[in-house]
Amino acid sequence: MARPEAHSLRRRLLLQLLLGAAVMALGLYLAVRATAERATEAAQDAILIAAAENISDGLRGTEVGVEIDLNRATFSMVAAAGQDRLFWRVEVGRETLTGYDDLPLPGMVPDGTGPVVYEASYRGADLRLAAVGRSVMDRDSLQPALIVLGQTRFGQRAIADRLANGAALAGLAFFALAVPLSLIFTSSVLAPVRRLAEAVSRRGPADLRSMDHPTPRELAPFQEALNSFIARLRMTLSQTETFIAEAAHHIRTPLSTVRAEAEIALRRAEGEESRARLRSVIRAVDESARSAGQLLDHAMVAYRSNRMTQARIDLSAMLGDLARSFGPTADLRDISLTMIVPGPDAAEVIGDRVLVESALRNLIDNALKYTDAEGTVHVSLRHDGGLVVIEVCDTGRGLAGAETSMLTARFQRGPNAGTVVGSGLGLTIVAEVARAMGGAFDLSPAEGGGTCARLSLPAG
Amino acid sequence: MRFLLVEDTAKLARSVRDLLALDGHGVDTVASLAEAGDCLAATSYDLILLDIGLPDGDGRAFLAQQRRQGRDTPVIMITARSAVADRVDALDGGADDYVTKPFEMAELEARIRAVLRRRGGATQTRRDFADVTFDPLAATLTVAGETRELRSRELRLFEILIAAPGRIHSKEHLCDRLFSYAEAVSDNAIEVYVGRLRRKLQGSAARIETVRGLGYRLIGP
Repeated sequence: MARPEAHSLRRRLLLQLLLGAAVMALGLYLAVRATAERATEAAQDAILIAAAENISDGLRGTEVGVEIDLNRATFSMVAAAGQDRLFWRVEVGRETLTGYDDLPLPGMVPDGTGPVVYEASYRGADLRLAAVGRSVMDRDSLQPALIVLGQTRFGQRAIADRLANGAALAGLAFFALAVPLSLIFTSSVLAPVRRLAEAVSRRGPADLRSMDHPTPRELAPFQEALNSFIARLRMTLSQTETFIAEAAHHIRTPLSTVRAEAEIALRRAEGEESRARLRSVIRAVDESARSAGQLLDHAMVAYRSNRMTQARIDLSAMLGDLARSFGPTADLRDISLTMIVPGPDAAEVIGDRVLVESALRNLIDNALKYTDAEGTVHVSLRHDGGLVVIEVCDTGRGLAGAETSMLTARFQRGPNAGTVVGSGLGLTIVAEVARAMGGAFDLSPAEGGGTCARLSLPAG
Repeated sequence: MRFLLVEDTAKLARSVRDLLALDGHGVDTVASLAEAGDCLAATSYDLILLDIGLPDGDGRAFLAQQRRQGRDTPVIMITARSAVADRVDALDGGADDYVTKPFEMAELEARIRAVLRRRGGATQTRRDFADVTFDPLAATLTVAGETRELRSRELRLFEILIAAPGRIHSKEHLCDRLFSYAEAVSDNAIEVYVGRLRRKLQGSAARIETVRGLGYRLIGP
């Protein structure tokens, strides 16, 4: 149940990996592009220089002036590079001997020791130019000669672009490969987290052992925190159980003293007024004892529902014990408590003994309470499909139209509860046990008056 | 009958003892398991009422030890705890029954009767009055060789009457003994049970007499 605003570690890791891959792909592209440009430029430069030197070699001083022997092979060597246009200018002294006399000259005149390479714009195109300087004998004086050879850069750019595009494709391929790889890496890195989470969620509600799951070092603090939390929870729960038992003890013991004292006083009292008062004292004691008991039982049921122990329960045997236990209570008001149950081991459920017994006890107790003297409470047990159905029918005052849902709500009692002592929690407990065990509970009017309460539990 | 009550809440022990004494039973009360052991070694009881939480130990452990030593005096545990598991433990540990505090005396007596009836009654509990034999454990009246069964309220009513023959019991007193305080009954409700008892006493010299304005009493020939 991820809240939308909670950021996902997985998404975060994935984004970071992909961002890294994208930066690397872009870097690759830029680096290849720069290198390719430099390399093609260097190649063009080398050719231009070689060609310029070749031309300069063809420069000869004669008696009538300087003449140049332009070697065709020189130009074809340079022109090999596609559609590029070639421009040249040979200057002797300050005069252009041949070529384009407006071809830009280098900013720095080469001194004869080495060529100069530069760029310039000429006739609407970018040119790469190489200039070679030398001296030539013009008639009788030594003149500086400058040979400039320029070439448009289409071919060089085209090669550089081709190389860069190749690099871009490689970058894209790298990125495309990085996506699934990142997914795999992310999953693999996060797998221990997922496994730990699964180990925690697989646990039954009652499993409060420490986590001892092999986890990577990085997750160890998390597991330790979890374990310390589990330990505290365990302690709180065990204190809860002890507290419930202790609370019951501390409430019931003084109440029992009050009740016994009041009963003695009532036996000895003569005046009608004091007898009436004592009766109401006893009634109040019964009410508080019952409320306290049911509240604590309810707390115990709620507590145990969350950590149900699983035991095989023989319902026939349990009902038999309960019938024996309730016998004298029924007998006090001449109620016949009858029971039809199958033999031992014929009706079993799997669940928490204490919960099931609480539910059955409350069912029978409730039926006895609302049945008039000399009535009948009948308990039966039968199989119905995959369910074991425990039915307690009485000849009591009936439901007076009250719905099951109303009577099983906390502290709700039927409209015809009258003077019967009760806390409004008995049937709540039954319904909660039914829910905790995946069963059902309902009340319906019995034939010929009274009520039938049905508790269905999955057969074990 | 003779009971041993092992209960460390002194006031409660005294009240229960007094109430049982009012019904004609003898009760020894002790406040610890050690004293209980002494009493059991010295004399025999029809039944033991044993609290679970005692200052020198757990009543259930004491009971288990008694059972191991072969003492099978019937035991009713008194528990103040709420957990059903506690109750189950008490029965598994060899107790015959248990009551949860606070308990109604009538319920305690009913449970005592049920336990003794199940156990076959260690003591002779039958009582004779005139030509009637009353067996509270079997819940019967025998008149001239003919046995008549009593329902619980009839039995308890007769038990009260036969405990003090000739004494007048007011309707209110009898109502309090027979009906739970939660039941809204008029004093006249007792007349129904007196009527039934009279029918079951038919043919005998014993009879229940109405003392106008005062109540009822059991008288002989």
